[in-house]
Amino acid sequence: MTAPISHRARAWQRFAHNRLAVVSVGFLGLLLLAILAGPLVWPYDPTVPTGQQFQPPDFKHWFGTDVHGRDLLARVLYGARISLLVGAVGTAVSLFIGVLWGAVAGYLGGRLDAALMRVVDVLYSLPSIVFVIVLITTLEDLFKRWLVHWLSPQWGGVARLLFLFAGLGAVSWLTMARIVRGQVLSLRTRGFVEASRALGANHWQIIRWHILPNVRGIVIAYLVLTVPSVILSESFLSYLGLGIQPPQASLGSLIADGAGQINPIRMYWWLITMPGMVLVSTLLALNYFGDGMREALETRE
Amino acid sequence: MFYLKRILFCIPLLLVISFLSFSLVRLAPGGPFDKERKPASPEIERQLRAKYHLDEPVLKQYWRFLKGAVQGDLGPSLKYRNQNVTDIILQGLPVSLTLGSIAFVFALAVGIPLGCATAARRGRWVDMAGSFFALLAVCIPGFVAGPILIMLFALHWRWFPVGLWESPLHAVLPALTLGLFYAGKIARLMREGMLSVLPAEFIVTARAKGASEVAVLWRHAFRLAVLPVVSYSGPLLADLLTGSFVVENIFQIPGIGVFMVNSALNRDYPLVIGLVLVYAALLLILNMLVDFFYSVLDPRVRYE
Repeated sequence: MTAPISHRARAWQRFAHNRLAVVSVGFLGLLLLAILAGPLVWPYDPTVPTGQQFQPPDFKHWFGTDVHGRDLLARVLYGARISLLVGAVGTAVSLFIGVLWGAVAGYLGGRLDAALMRVVDVLYSLPSIVFVIVLITTLEDLFKRWLVHWLSPQWGGVARLLFLFAGLGAVSWLTMARIVRGQVLSLRTRGFVEASRALGANHWQIIRWHILPNVRGIVIAYLVLTVPSVILSESFLSYLGLGIQPPQASLGSLIADGAGQINPIRMYWWLITMPGMVLVSTLLALNYFGDGMREALETRE
Repeated sequence: MFYLKRILFCIPLLLVISFLSFSLVRLAPGGPFDKERKPASPEIERQLRAKYHLDEPVLKQYWRFLKGAVQGDLGPSLKYRNQNVTDIILQGLPVSLTLGSIAFVFALAVGIPLGCATAARRGRWVDMAGSFFALLAVCIPGFVAGPILIMLFALHWRWFPVGLWESPLHAVLPALTLGLFYAGKIARLMREGMLSVLPAEFIVTARAKGASEVAVLWRHAFRLAVLPVVSYSGPLLADLLTGSFVVENIFQIPGIGVFMVNSALNRDYPLVIGLVLVYAALLLILNMLVDFFYSVLDPRVRYE
C-alpha cells in the first residue's frame, strides 16, 4: 500500500508524466535564459548595423542579418523579450479583472451574476481587437501628452507599451472570469464552506480561507494559457503597425519587417522564418504547458 | 418569439456601440485634416469642417449620423473624397464575406474529421500527431503562415497567383492562411466534444448492438459531440473577422478588412464607425444563426 499523498502532489505527478508539457517547460526555461543572458554573450547589438545587409544564416550570424545589416538573432532576442513582457503584464491585468469579475459574479450570485455573465457573453462575441485598435489610434496621443505633462518627457516613448499592457489585458479576461465564476459557484455550496459559515465566518474569511486556495491551481493553469493569446494579439497589432514602434521591436514587428521584404527576385526567407519560428514555438510551448497543468488539476478520481 | 426578442435586443446594443465609437473617435486629438492633408489656410480648414459638419456639437453630429444610418447612408468618407462609406463597404463586403466563408468551410472540412479521428484513437500515435498539428495550426498566426505560403507556392514554385482577386485560384492561399487557425481550433473542440460523449451509455448501447465504429462516431456520437464547436462558433467567427484584416493586408485583397486599420489611422471618422457597426451587426446575426443551429442539433435546448 502506498502512502497517502496530497491532491497537489498527485497533480504534480500527473504533470510530470506528461512528456510534452515537461519538454515545453524545459524549452521555456531555455528561452528565458537566452533572452536574459543572450545579449550578454552574443557579440552583436540589436540596433548597430554590421555593414553586411541581407546575410543568410551562417556561423557568424546564426539568424542572418536584416535590411540594415543588423544581426537578426540579437534582434529576435530583444523582440522576444518585449513580446514576453507584454504577454506577462497583459496577463496580469487580465488576471486582476477576470478574477474579480468572476469571483463577484459567482460568490454573490443571483441577478448580479446573470447580468455580469451576460456582459461576458456579449463581449465574447465581439471582435475585441477592433476595440483595441480604435482605442490605440484614438486615445494614445491624449495619453502620451498626459504622461509627458505629468511625469516626464521620457515617458512619451513607453506610452504605446503601457497602452498595450492595459488594452490587451482589458480584452483577455473573459475566459478567466468564466472559469473563476464556475469554480466559485460550485465551491460556495460545498459542505466545508457552509460549515465555516455556520461557525460564524464572514465573507472575507470564507474567501480568504476556502475559495482562494481552491481556485488558485486552475487560475494559474489558465493564466499560462492566457499568456500565448496576449502575445499573439500583441504581435498581431505590431504586424499591423499598431503595436510596438521602432526603434523598439517585438516578434510581431520583426515578422512585419520580414514580410515587407518579400519580392519575386530575391528571397530573404530567414527574415520571416526565424522570428516566426521563435514566436510559434513559444506559443506552442506555453499552450502545452498550460494544457498539461489544466489536465493535471482537472482530472477527478 | 425568442428570435424576435434577440433582434430587439440587438438594436440598443448597436446604438450603444455606435455611440461609444462615435464619441471615442471624436475625443481623439488630431483631426482628419492633419498631416499631409492639411489645408492651405485656416479659412479653408474651417470651410472643410463646416462641410462635413465637424464644427457642430458632438450630440448633434451623432443625431445627424443616426438619421442617415437608418436610411442606409453612413456619410461621406473623409479620406477617400467623393466616396460614400456605404459604397466603400458595399464594394468590399462581398469579397470579405466570400473569403471568410471559404476559410470557414475549409476549417470545418479539416477540423471536424481531424477532431473525430484524434478522439477515436485517443492516446495512440494518430492522436499524438493529429493533436500536435491541431495545436500547431492554432499557434501559427496568419502573418507568419501567409508570407511563408506566398514565398513557397507563389514565388518559388509559382503554383498559385497572388495579389489579385479574380479567379478561384487567387482565393486558395488566402483562404488557407485564414482557415488554418480555425481548422486547428475546431479540431481541438471536436476532440474534446467527442471524448466527453464517447463514455455515454447510449454509445455503449450502440456498440453492444454491433454498430461499426464509424457508425458509432458519425451516426450516434457526432450530433452531441459537435455542440462545443457550434457553441464556440460565435467567438470563432469574431476571430475570423479580425484575422481577415491581416490576410487581406498580406494578399492585397480588396475587402473591408484593410480599411478597418487604415481608416482608424487616418481618423476617417465615418468609415471607422461604419465598419465597426457593420462588423457588430454581422456578428450579432451570425451569433443568432449559431444559437438557432444549436437548438436544432440539441433538442434539449429550447428557447421559449
